[in-house]
Amino acid sequence: MGAGHGHQLHFHGHSPVHRMPAHLKLLSLLSFIVLVVATPREQYWAFVVYALLLAGVVAISGVPAGYLLRRMVVEVPFVVFAALMPFVATGPRVQVGPFTVSEAGLLAAWGLLAKGTLGVLASLTLGATTEPRDLLLGLERLRLPHQLVQIMGFMMRYLEVVTDELRRMRIARESRGFTATSVRAWPALGSTAGALFIRSYERGERIHLAMLSRGYNGRLPVTHQAAATPAQWAQAGILPALALATAVLAVAL
Amino acid sequence: MHVPDGFLDVPTSVGTAVVAATGVGLALRGARRELDDRTAPLAGLVAAFVFAAQMLNFPVGAGTSGHLLGGALAAVLVGPWTATLSIAVVLLVQGLLFADGGLTALGTNVTLMGLVGVWTGWLVFRTVQGLLPKRVSMVVPAAAVAAFVSVPVAALAFTGLYAVGGQAPIPLGSLATAMLGWHTLIGLGEAAITGLVVSAVVAVRPDLVHGARRVLATRKLVVVRPERDEVAA
Repeated sequence: MGAGHGHQLHFHGHSPVHRMPAHLKLLSLLSFIVLVVATPREQYWAFVVYALLLAGVVAISGVPAGYLLRRMVVEVPFVVFAALMPFVATGPRVQVGPFTVSEAGLLAAWGLLAKGTLGVLASLTLGATTEPRDLLLGLERLRLPHQLVQIMGFMMRYLEVVTDELRRMRIARESRGFTATSVRAWPALGSTAGALFIRSYERGERIHLAMLSRGYNGRLPVTHQAAATPAQWAQAGILPALALATAVLAVAL
Repeated sequence: MHVPDGFLDVPTSVGTAVVAATGVGLALRGARRELDDRTAPLAGLVAAFVFAAQMLNFPVGAGTSGHLLGGALAAVLVGPWTATLSIAVVLLVQGLLFADGGLTALGTNVTLMGLVGVWTGWLVFRTVQGLLPKRVSMVVPAAAVAAFVSVPVAALAFTGLYAVGGQAPIPLGSLATAMLGWHTLIGLGEAAITGLVVSAVVAVRPDLVHGARRVLATRKLVVVRPERDEVAA
């Protein structure tokens, strides 16, 4: 519980990307990814342009590239899937090194990898430059239902408390000589998860009572307004505008 | 099972986003019936629990391990509406802060795991519960069967979406067979874990298990008197 206030991915900084209101960042990110996904995968150059645009944003944000690259491991299962694609897809075959693979599958694998990687990198940049609290404000401004934002707020606020609880249970198990190596360990792990559920749920009940005693009536008070200046709107528009130009060119060519 | 960006085409992603938004909207109303004004803190903590429980590794052997998906488990523990909300929020946080699952695929992921996974689990659970004797101990097998069925059904739903908007020419028959075969195995693990977790909760706090409420309500209060000589001793 003595951890810092940012979440795992957050990289503290004061760049224009960090300072930009979260709702603008979300809009910019979402339109960028939609454009990337909509671009025909045969236009290889377009994806290079997208990658350069994204690299520009990362450079402005001052988040070290290695910091983001290391976090791209979330992509691994999906890379495996993309790598299998040329072997299972149908259609005319081509020779690549020692393998005979499907041409259409190869193209599909490239498309998946390019689009997926750009998506992961863009989301990681958002995560690295946005505090959870600002993200919630941003989502609220984008008219996500109030109730859903509240649920998300509670989840993010207590995520580390709950995962810490899990960590303490693991240390307690291990200090009794427990190592999970086979299916025989499952009952112990299952009751760990059961205990975690009961503790989390009861914590939720205590939080609710604490909120009631402080006058909770279904809405949380707004303590901080995330307003955006026209200049920030213009800044946030640069990335989608350039991406839009790229996408239009890619479709037209 | 997190679908990334670019896996399905834009129209399919938009379509599933509309389905997901409708489902979550309905769940926001339904959850108020399950939890009234406790919805926000409780669904939030359940979401944190699901997120943490997915981090718990269950060793399968030979150095590999699996983890819980949690759709059916959440449905049995807190009811389908709250479970839908919790899973949707978990996916939202994973997508926005951990880049796990694409943002344009968020609707697809919520539809598959939050709607298909949770509701298949819940409907199967209720059906099996109706067939089995009305006892609290029967909640555990019913939950396990629900978890077992929900995983391949979600995989089948994914195959259906892929047939509509997939981005690679994989023959549908073999994709469906591979997905079903693989996810039946995953479903077995999910069933075992779900059963173990539900039985652990039922043993301590059966009143917390949403799926056990109906059975608990019909249970008679039994007062067991101690034997006379034991009291004297």
